[in-house]
Amino acid sequence: MSDTAALADQLPIDGPGAPPRSNGELVFDAPWEGRVFGIAVALAEAGVFTLADLQAELIAAIARWEALGEPVENYRYYECWLAALERLVVGQTPLSIDQIDERSEQFVARPAGHDHEHDHDHHH
Amino acid sequence: MTAFPHSADRAPAPVRAEALEALLTERGLVNAAAIDGLINRFVNDVGPMNGAQVVAKAWVDPEYRERLLTDGTAAVGELGFSGPQGEHIVVVENDDTTHNVVVCTLCSCYPWPLLGLPPNWYKDPAYRARIVREPRVLLSEMGLDLGDDVDITVRDSSAENRYFVLPKRPDGTEDMSEEELAGLVTREAMVGVARVSAP
Repeated sequence: MSDTAALADQLPIDGPGAPPRSNGELVFDAPWEGRVFGIAVALAEAGVFTLADLQAELIAAIARWEALGEPVENYRYYECWLAALERLVVGQTPLSIDQIDERSEQFVARPAGHDHEHDHDHHH
Repeated sequence: MTAFPHSADRAPAPVRAEALEALLTERGLVNAAAIDGLINRFVNDVGPMNGAQVVAKAWVDPEYRERLLTDGTAAVGELGFSGPQGEHIVVVENDDTTHNVVVCTLCSCYPWPLLGLPPNWYKDPAYRARIVREPRVLLSEMGLDLGDDVDITVRDSSAENRYFVLPKRPDGTEDMSEEELAGLVTREAMVGVARVSAP
């Protein structure tokens, strides 16, 4: 992910090679933010849960973050979004939090320079 | 389930996101193409230019303006704007003495079909708290100085009421076409943290 961020820093701000922006700001600050956004909306469109369910969990996740009392500059909106999404997935699909934890740990343990197949079909 | 994702004993968010997508894909609950399509739509196709069309039409068509203020969701639907987070749109009008500014104090409710996804400042805890507590001060810091004769109303968006600001048409734009007018309207003006200026 840090490679991607470094690459983004080198991209031109304007012109045909520029990354998509909305009023000068990237819509997503990192690719994973776009993924969790897309996953949540896709699951809502598929009827796994509703956008109202997502909003309720998002409100709860943001409230949990705010209850931590951390400095606001540490706030990461899409981490709250991910927390909300995980709760909905665990509540509305057969997946468990243990499975998400386990797969995450497997991915963390991948050797440096691994080339996950997903990396090839993401558009940039 | 009580831990927050950035707790030290959990994998970083990008890895958890990748794990979640992999598990959901294996079970056939999502597919990469559909996710790519949604990202592409909200990055490239849906944005403030949609809301700007609505504003420009309301400025040149008094009957449309009436419909927009009466039933925002139906009126923006006339222009083809609908979809997720496009329900229950409530349009409020700004003029010389009344200023509406929109926030979502609890999360990030926002009329996606009209404005795209919200900018970072809209989702920021500081904006969400301060625009309620000291709107005049914060708006001034954001570059909008409102005189004491202007009443400020802070609109708290939710799933039931997704607010959208119809800014005042600037003086000196009488000869401009609807399309030219749309080019003047900014996202900030449609949230109420700015006014629209003549070119």
